[in-house]
Amino acid sequence: MWDYTDKVNDHFKHPRNVGKIENPDGTGEVGSLACGDALKLMFKLDGAGRIEEAKFQTFGCASAIASSSALTEMIIGKTLDEVEKITNKDIAAYLGGLPKQKVHCSVMGREALEAAIYNYRTGKTWNKELEGEVVCHCFGVTDKEIERVTRENNVQTLEALTNACKAGGGCGNCLPELQKIIDRVHGEQAASAAPEKKQLTNLQRIHLIEDVIDREIRPALRQDGGDLELIDVDGNTVKVRFRGACSGCVVSAITLKDVVEARLKDNVSENIRVEEVK
Amino acid sequence: MRTVYLDNNATTQIADEVREAMMPFLTNLWGNPSSMHTFGGQVKKYVEAAREQVAALIGAADPQEITFTSCGSESNNLAIRGGAEAMDKPPHVITSKVEHAAVSGPCHYLEDRGFRLTKLDVDQLGRLDLDTLRREVKAGKTLTSIMWANNETGVIFPVGMIGEMVHEAGGIFHTDAVQAVGKIPMKVRDLPIDMLSLSGHKLHAPKGVGAIYIRRGTKVKPLILGGYQERGRRAGTENVPYIVGLGVACDLAAKHLKEENTRVKALRDRLEQGILSTCPGARLNGDPKSRLPNTTNISFDFIEGEAILLMLDDRGICASTGSACASGSLEPSHVLRAMNVAGVSVHGSIRFSFSTYNSDEDVDAVLTELPKVVKRLRELSPFVV
Repeated sequence: MWDYTDKVNDHFKHPRNVGKIENPDGTGEVGSLACGDALKLMFKLDGAGRIEEAKFQTFGCASAIASSSALTEMIIGKTLDEVEKITNKDIAAYLGGLPKQKVHCSVMGREALEAAIYNYRTGKTWNKELEGEVVCHCFGVTDKEIERVTRENNVQTLEALTNACKAGGGCGNCLPELQKIIDRVHGEQAASAAPEKKQLTNLQRIHLIEDVIDREIRPALRQDGGDLELIDVDGNTVKVRFRGACSGCVVSAITLKDVVEARLKDNVSENIRVEEVK
Repeated sequence: MRTVYLDNNATTQIADEVREAMMPFLTNLWGNPSSMHTFGGQVKKYVEAAREQVAALIGAADPQEITFTSCGSESNNLAIRGGAEAMDKPPHVITSKVEHAAVSGPCHYLEDRGFRLTKLDVDQLGRLDLDTLRREVKAGKTLTSIMWANNETGVIFPVGMIGEMVHEAGGIFHTDAVQAVGKIPMKVRDLPIDMLSLSGHKLHAPKGVGAIYIRRGTKVKPLILGGYQERGRRAGTENVPYIVGLGVACDLAAKHLKEENTRVKALRDRLEQGILSTCPGARLNGDPKSRLPNTTNISFDFIEGEAILLMLDDRGICASTGSACASGSLEPSHVLRAMNVAGVSVHGSIRFSFSTYNSDEDVDAVLTELPKVVKRLRELSPFVV
């Protein structure tokens, strides 16, 4: 039995925005029957370039349906520049998390969004081979896709990679190649990230924390009618206060660790600790 | 909400009679059957009575051919690892592609240690490739392990014919009969079967007890060493309450065998026909001519099994699926893949498995709810035009 969150169950049992759009501005189709899950996403823009309507159809398990449904809620009312920044982790966070073996469902959502935007901008149908070379032939996963999920999900192991994008989950012939890609991505990250993190002054550090909260944390909390306020930064301790629906929310402790602290750790420093000021 | 339990190939409810028979051994009669004193020693006769009950259900010539184990998986491990290691020289191991992991696991264990392993194909109806078997058994002395009935589809293999082929070529034949025992009549004394595995919790005994039939004269090297229990075949103090429970469960199964093949089969057939005629894109998996009376496995085109299962679960209906998503393995059921089930439906299989505890009400519940679930998921599917 999967340990799905209430939100996953809710979106699975009562999916939002199911169906098709007549004359959509963008359509993205990813996955296949053979792979076990597939998603078709359509959107229509309003005069101001915001997504006015988004609909989906999904073949897949509960978390695939929930991820698709969540995605449509997340993108409606936003511009393409805004939704382009959505990562699979945002989709998973919106659902209160996914079991690790199901992370690929959120990746499928992000891919479909990308495919739909590509379709809108070029008028062409997106396909994976456009952007890279297929490494995992069982599930048709390209090197670019693998690099991206490795970066975005901080993938450290082959198992985590398979959970995130299915690569390596079939015959296993590509596993050595996958390991090389993981190593390469981490090599690049270490080279580029290390000096930058060290050089932050106190002021830069505070600005970066503010920026991460604005860009990555607030939008997710606001989806649920909540918000967050930065109270103080003392060394590696970041003090925040929940607002709106988040204050008094029974899962705010989880939000604090799994969303706020996790994001700051990813973006600012591994040593960051977040405390809630009531 | 009423629970509709149609997952009896996974596990079964403990029969009241079984639980009651076990109680004295969980309360007053807690002695060790190997003890010299009366208090312990008196328990031994109950273990032996259970041995007779198990032997009677499967039609063994002698109760001493029954060895109690902890589960069906242990029985399979003992037969395959213990059987292979007891043979004069390393045998060629033959099995099928649709075995339970408790058989394929020990077979691969032997392969990793240098034994030659052949895995037989099945056709689209799940029937075994007997031509290849006929050829392969002659290639050397074999240890052949083929299940009696498949847990996912219920397809029954012709174990009599298979055993004959194996014996003619001088090999040893083991069958994993965990799903078959208690569901179809059997008389191992008249069949060319050297070893047979069975499990308690599939026939209304609790989890934690199984047995293996080892025909007189068949050599098996024990897996668990360090005691003379079970005539040296399986060390460890006997799990008396559970062994007694298994014995009573075998008695009950023998009594219910006819009902299993009449009333229970009729429930299964009504459910199957109902689903196939009301749900679009539904197709049967497995040979309808040779199947367990309690099992049906149906695939639904363009929708996914875990989603079906969870929506049924939401309505109080328990079944199981061979979908990849439900297992977390990414690959759908090895059984359905071996059968080359079409890509449109391989991820959408649902197994319903009955027991004598099921009723017409259960069938009605599924026939009311399942079409709604299928309709809902088809509306969601991008592949349904």
